Amino acid sequence: MDLFEYQARDLFEKHGVPVLAAMIATTPDEAEAAAREIGGKVVVKAQVKVGGRGKAGGVKLAENPADAREKASAILGMDIKGHVVATVMIAAAVPIESEYYLAILLDRSNRTFLVMASVSGGMDIEEVAHTAPEKLAKIAVSAVDGISAAKAKEIVAAAKFPPDVADQVADVLLKLWEVFQSEDATLVEVNPLVKTKDGKVIALDGKITLDDNAQFRQPDHAALVDLAATNALEAAAAEKDLNYVKLDGQVGVIGNGAGLVMSTLDVVAYAGKKHGGVLPANFLDIGGGASVQIMADGLSIILGDADVKSVFVNVFGGITSCDAVATGIVQALELLGPKATKPIVVRLDGNNVVEGRAILAKAAHPLIEQADTMDGAANRAAELAAN
Amino acid sequence: MAIFLNGKSVVIVQGMTGSEGTKHTRRMLASGTKIVGGVTPGKGGQVVDIDGHQLPVFNTVAEAVSATGANTSVVFVPPKFAKAAVIDAIDAAMPLVIVITEGIPVHDAASFYAYSVSKGSTRIIGPNCPGLISPGQSNAGIIPADITGAGPIGLVSKSGTLTYQMMYELRDIGFSTAVGIGGDPVIGTTHIDCLRAFEDDPETTAIVMIGEIGGDAEERAAAFIAEYVTKPVVGYVAGFTAPEGKTMGHAGAIVSGSSGTAQAKKDALEAAGVKVGHTPSETAQLLRDILGR
Repeated sequence: MDLFEYQARDLFEKHGVPVLAAMIATTPDEAEAAAREIGGKVVVKAQVKVGGRGKAGGVKLAENPADAREKASAILGMDIKGHVVATVMIAAAVPIESEYYLAILLDRSNRTFLVMASVSGGMDIEEVAHTAPEKLAKIAVSAVDGISAAKAKEIVAAAKFPPDVADQVADVLLKLWEVFQSEDATLVEVNPLVKTKDGKVIALDGKITLDDNAQFRQPDHAALVDLAATNALEAAAAEKDLNYVKLDGQVGVIGNGAGLVMSTLDVVAYAGKKHGGVLPANFLDIGGGASVQIMADGLSIILGDADVKSVFVNVFGGITSCDAVATGIVQALELLGPKATKPIVVRLDGNNVVEGRAILAKAAHPLIEQADTMDGAANRAAELAAN
Repeated sequence: MAIFLNGKSVVIVQGMTGSEGTKHTRRMLASGTKIVGGVTPGKGGQVVDIDGHQLPVFNTVAEAVSATGANTSVVFVPPKFAKAAVIDAIDAAMPLVIVITEGIPVHDAASFYAYSVSKGSTRIIGPNCPGLISPGQSNAGIIPADITGAGPIGLVSKSGTLTYQMMYELRDIGFSTAVGIGGDPVIGTTHIDCLRAFEDDPETTAIVMIGEIGGDAEERAAAFIAEYVTKPVVGYVAGFTAPEGKTMGHAGAIVSGSSGTAQAKKDALEAAGVKVGHTPSETAQLLRDILGR
């Protein structure tokens, strides 16, 4: 889960990373009140989970509360690369002398953690990495040892932070490590980390990505989910513990196993080229157990998607047996009754496939069509969706 | 021959007394795996009867190893306790540890992986993987044993069900070993580890490599193939239609920015001379063409 800037700022503050006073606002009135409370000049910042908001006009300096109101009213509702601004953060404005970059992240390639640090912060760090790689220090951090005070000093020296801020930056790094570790983050990024005119080092903007697998030991993280951005179908699926992602297509897809379902989407899109560019409408992995209830829940989510014109159920019976899946489909359709209106192409293979196919054949449900192969089934589902 | 797992493998199950552990211990026993016991902290001293096999339960992996001579452990412990279980196995210098558990926090996986590297005596497969099977010899994990038998194909895949699908597509030819390495961001055994082992395995004559979006493991594997692999390799990559920023089921299956896309992986593999299929069936056909069967 990616966090908004203000959520990252709050987690920074919780762990002692120096940040500026800030409040959030969802209306111009709130923005004005927040600016008054903070006092002095403020910055009004669009809260969107996408880069380049500054260039898009989503960050404005305001001289006073009335100005903050005006700036907020211009920014709220703005569309930044498809993200509509619903919230702004009002933050104290400070005179800045230097901008740095600091991040801790999971380095998948090397299966370890990595600190990236640069005294050339503020701009797009990927640009720095590309054009002036010598300005970006990359130091591996062991997942067992973490970042000690000595390690923090070593990193700060490697990145060539000036002596007057070195101790402060090392301290920020230690606290960012605490954020990274104790919050189960996979990315903690500060860009820019600034030195103010009066010599203080402050995290001015931050990005945090949290590990969804750690929810069982991070009860506070549930409150950070952006419910407004969650698609209604995705929310309904999440309530049923279904692994569902809405896409922009016409063929509803149900399968077992993440890899097979991803593959099913591709096979549908590939077959769809022959049928006017039909695409998959969703990702839905029902996992190993395809019980009647899971099948009914899955089918009902997919049939509730107005974009869906046909459904492709693609199951390889590994641990699950195909007869159980077939029974699940038949009973799910009974359960759904008249709510089920779209053609369903079923491809079963693997464990007990003969029995499974026989169950579907015997049920002879008018909506169900069987196919022998995955490619054939995808083609038929795409064809049905195109008509 | 086979890679990592063979008829001589002596297996224990960590979390054997849990419902998933018991269920899959039963399935592994039925497929001929030599299982000699289990580990559940606090339940040491018990004996569990699974289909007539009297399996002793130990408190620690070290105790299990000294009593049974086990050289392979399959882990079914829930996410919350998985890190402790894997560390326990590493401390016992268990040569092969297969972590089936799904949903382990990546900090835990990174930590037990780093620990295994520092100790230097344990290969971890997974987490969040179906395990591996050397048909006719041994089966460690949850891969169905009845899809196909022994043969000359080596298979390495991030995905469980795609492993099954590919084994099914090529069931008339058979496999030396099929390894499901898992779809998490940090895994213990990579495509490259398996490719290297298959290259060295005299009974493997061709290799199928299945990848999916996220990370750069496939790109690195492609570079490795170009440099070191002399046996024919065919590939398949899942996730062409996955949108950026959305996790597709596996914790590691996410496209961020321009990196980790299926197209980039396919391009890298093809540049290394690997034929890549559009669909699993097409990929199987590419392998048939190479083997002439």
